[in-house]
Amino acid sequence: MTKKTVEGKIIRISGPVIEADRMRGAKMYDVVRVGDEHLIGEIIRLNEDIATIQVYEETSGLKPGEKVVSTNEPLSVELGPGLLTNIYDGIQRPLPAIKDETGDFISRGVEAYALDRKKRWHFKPLVKKGDRVQSGDVIGEVQETSLILHRVMIPPDVPGGVVKSVVDEGDYGIEDEIMVIKLGNSSDKVIGIRMFHRWPVRKPRPVAEKYDPSLPLITGQRVIDTFFPVAKGGTAAIPGGFGTGKTVMLHQLAKWSDANVIVYVGCGERGNEMTDVLREFPELEDPKTGEPLMNRTVLIANTSNMPVAARDASVYTGITIAEYYRDMGYDVALMADSTSRWAEAMREISGRLEEMPGEEGYPAYLASRLAEFYERAGRVRLLGSKKIEGSLSVMGAVSPPGGDFSEPVAQNTLRIVKVFWALDADLADKRHFPSINWLKSYSLYLSEVSSWWEKKIGGDWLGLRNKAMALLQKESELQEIVKLVGPDALPPREKAFLETGRMLREAFLQQSAFHEVDTYCPEKKQYDMLRIILSFSDKMHEAVEKGVHMDDIISIKSRELIARMGTFSNIDFEKHFKEIEQNMEKEIDNLIKKQNSNMTKGE
Amino acid sequence: MGRNIEYTTVSEVAGPLMIVENIKDVAYNEVVKIRTSYGEERTGQVLEVYENKAVVQVFEGTRGLDTDKTSARFIGETMRLGVSKDMVGRIFDGTGNPLDDAPPIIPEERRDINGNPINPYAREYPREFIQTGISAIDGLNTLVRGQKLPIFSGSGLPHNDLAAQITRQARVLGREEKFAVVFCAMGITSEEANFFIKDFENTGAIEKTVMFLNLADDPTIERVILPRMALTCAEYLAFNLDMHVLVILTDMTNYAEALREIAAAREEVPGRRGYPGYMYTDLAAIYERAGRIKNKKGSITQIPLLTMPDDDITHPIPDLTGYITEGQIVLDRGLHKKGIYPPINVLPCLSRLMDRGIGKGRTREDHAGVANQLYAAYAEGVDLRDLVAIVGEDALSERDKKFLHFADEFEEKFVSQDAHENRTIEQTLNIGWELLSKLPLSELKKIDEKHIKKYHPQTQPKKE
Repeated sequence: MTKKTVEGKIIRISGPVIEADRMRGAKMYDVVRVGDEHLIGEIIRLNEDIATIQVYEETSGLKPGEKVVSTNEPLSVELGPGLLTNIYDGIQRPLPAIKDETGDFISRGVEAYALDRKKRWHFKPLVKKGDRVQSGDVIGEVQETSLILHRVMIPPDVPGGVVKSVVDEGDYGIEDEIMVIKLGNSSDKVIGIRMFHRWPVRKPRPVAEKYDPSLPLITGQRVIDTFFPVAKGGTAAIPGGFGTGKTVMLHQLAKWSDANVIVYVGCGERGNEMTDVLREFPELEDPKTGEPLMNRTVLIANTSNMPVAARDASVYTGITIAEYYRDMGYDVALMADSTSRWAEAMREISGRLEEMPGEEGYPAYLASRLAEFYERAGRVRLLGSKKIEGSLSVMGAVSPPGGDFSEPVAQNTLRIVKVFWALDADLADKRHFPSINWLKSYSLYLSEVSSWWEKKIGGDWLGLRNKAMALLQKESELQEIVKLVGPDALPPREKAFLETGRMLREAFLQQSAFHEVDTYCPEKKQYDMLRIILSFSDKMHEAVEKGVHMDDIISIKSRELIARMGTFSNIDFEKHFKEIEQNMEKEIDNLIKKQNSNMTKGE
Repeated sequence: MGRNIEYTTVSEVAGPLMIVENIKDVAYNEVVKIRTSYGEERTGQVLEVYENKAVVQVFEGTRGLDTDKTSARFIGETMRLGVSKDMVGRIFDGTGNPLDDAPPIIPEERRDINGNPINPYAREYPREFIQTGISAIDGLNTLVRGQKLPIFSGSGLPHNDLAAQITRQARVLGREEKFAVVFCAMGITSEEANFFIKDFENTGAIEKTVMFLNLADDPTIERVILPRMALTCAEYLAFNLDMHVLVILTDMTNYAEALREIAAAREEVPGRRGYPGYMYTDLAAIYERAGRIKNKKGSITQIPLLTMPDDDITHPIPDLTGYITEGQIVLDRGLHKKGIYPPINVLPCLSRLMDRGIGKGRTREDHAGVANQLYAAYAEGVDLRDLVAIVGEDALSERDKKFLHFADEFEEKFVSQDAHENRTIEQTLNIGWELLSKLPLSELKKIDEKHIKKYHPQTQPKKE
């Protein structure tokens, strides 16, 4: 193989898009170095000798005539130990390393390895000389963080073979050759394996087979887990106007989801939000293991003021890293905040290319790009001889202009994803958080995950959930009537429905992300809370039928405790809940008794 | 090199743009000095460059330019602003030249006005409470140092008074530190500019203020570079001279209009309502220059003002702004008509950095609970107003009547205050408690029981 370096020169500059001449021989999506400062760019169009390049860095000061050199390689990320706990920009340059090099502000042309070359990792081989290995097979382990055992694999693009040599257990750098395999049958062809490899971001990492998701991704958020669950390997979208709590919601999911690894992509959003994650995650404990949450997290930050072309790259960088951990057999969850910014980056670049615009100026390929992205999620059987499973769940925020969901990004996303969490500005204005509208949202995983809930938590889970949903629907219909006639005109039975609806909304659907206990609600607690609210509802209806006045029921003591159930300790809530439930029944029974005796007296 | 060549090869002038042909060695974003046929000097910037021609955006307008004698000289660097500590107390125009009678400043450094993005890893999360003395802000939408919190207003609403009041009163509790105000006026009238100047003079704030003025009759195109100059100056004051800088940007609507004008002249594919598709990125490049940096004493807090066309919060300018900034303060025509100043409608307002900037040791332990409860109760009261319009107040239950009256009192006592009234955070919270105490105790679900015991007026031991 002879590789001729293609070298051209700039002939036009327009913002982040440049054109270069004499580029014949360069390939589409190859990475190029632009100008004297070696800015990083990617070829996005070829026309005879002329290549159009999007530049991932600020282009001010660039001149026509400066050099453009192709690297002959598509935009790729480094995959190996050291990704976790790190924070990268859109093209996988580690921000801490950039800070060391250029200070508090990011200047141009910085080069930094994504993975630390000096760090030594304790590598433990799992194969020995003479073993047959194939692509995807785990050949060794590195304890990357206290939470994650990093499985070193034969990269998907390396064919199988026989282990010729392997290093002993010990400390190695990621560039050290840890193994040599003989390829196929020809004994002279060998290939060295290191702890990391590179993978092009726009190419999904291959898997053996895709399965349907079946397990719920538990998020500790009641409205999600109980009403609109997402499955491990599923896809979900959170559209909402500004101030409706998209970012807080995604942060909550990143904190409390029971995935093994979290990849959080801040795509075109605020710098302070990434700082918030950086500040908070190392302090937060994983509810299952007590280890810092940061130890399972990779952050990709391309904030809104960083170059727009790198914003497009950031989601691909993120999902490729997520796929890599999935390939180790982990459950991975990726949060992208916000996919609208990514779409806008596509629109901006497309505009500079003078492409024929589609709806609202977005390029015609918007829908297919979104679909390709979400399609990289899934529960899969991995490559490799062990037939292990892994999953990648993808959750994307959408920021529709004016909060109007009819715009192209929201609509094209909804056609693909299986879960829709509709954020509602009216709820946010009332400080009902999370402001997920329970009447508009949906989840298509309900039947898939219900068997897990019914087996593990409670046999009547789906029944309770559907009953609560119906009650909420009923409440909203009654609210329409109340708007016309006032609440006092309603018969007591209907008033009881209103009370149940209010209780479900205030005690169950609302959940404070900033309350130290309520921020995470375990599965059993969610189930118990729902059950108690519904049994309160049944009991209330029973009393109302017997003539007890609604005002008396509303003023019972346990009602207030039911309203505060979310704040009871996640460890010994069951004891308290039992007490509350018994007291509630007792109090209402007393009211019924009193009513009966009044009736007899009256007669 | 081909520097100092005067090109007389202008081939086309359209809107704010000019095309120069047969050029050599010109950089993207480079500054251009233009001389008209009658000798007047103007400044421009390269918007797009080819091997032999450049598209130039002309700052002082293209009137009087021709394709015959007009000459262009490319100065070999991008747009820069000379910065110095002596800028404080001075007034500059849209190209960075002093407007007051004092001599030009001697720059300590010349900086690219586009700045560089702050590395998210170097940012310090803003948590220091700024007391503005305005209850609707301090109590419910707390401002912290390093935040960007815009005021969404409409034409004819008193946003200038509010901005001036914030500038007058804003301080961090218990500290005396170096501070400065950077005031950036884009396309506002001279009357409005005079209002601010006078107000700053009266309070002595003018000594601590750097003003950048582009008035309504100045070239539109300069509005696009003005906030960048103002923020370059602010960054220097904050991160080199350790000052706490409050940046007022008014009116961002005029800025966005200028952006649209250039985009239209370049015949770009328009996005929503004719605004360019990159407006989000462009606005972000301005707003994201607020913040704090680890191990640096200074900070940049931004208060951009914008007038929502037709009071429409979904219009692209407030919409995109709201997606970038850390909350918003929304003024409301209905409240203004009721005579309430400041007419802040707290329901659509938000401060995203509030949660971590308040509470024990920052404001007061009960702050979060009180704020949430006030919000929830006011929202309920406002909802009930709609109902009362249909069924009349008599049809309401006793409980609902209390919420209805709460909403009225909330507007009159909590939101409303004098333009010169400077309330402490304790006063603000105590007014909140006073209002909440008129609701049934069992309705105060959002407040911690400990705090109810400690602060609720009815549970307090009576002072004899």
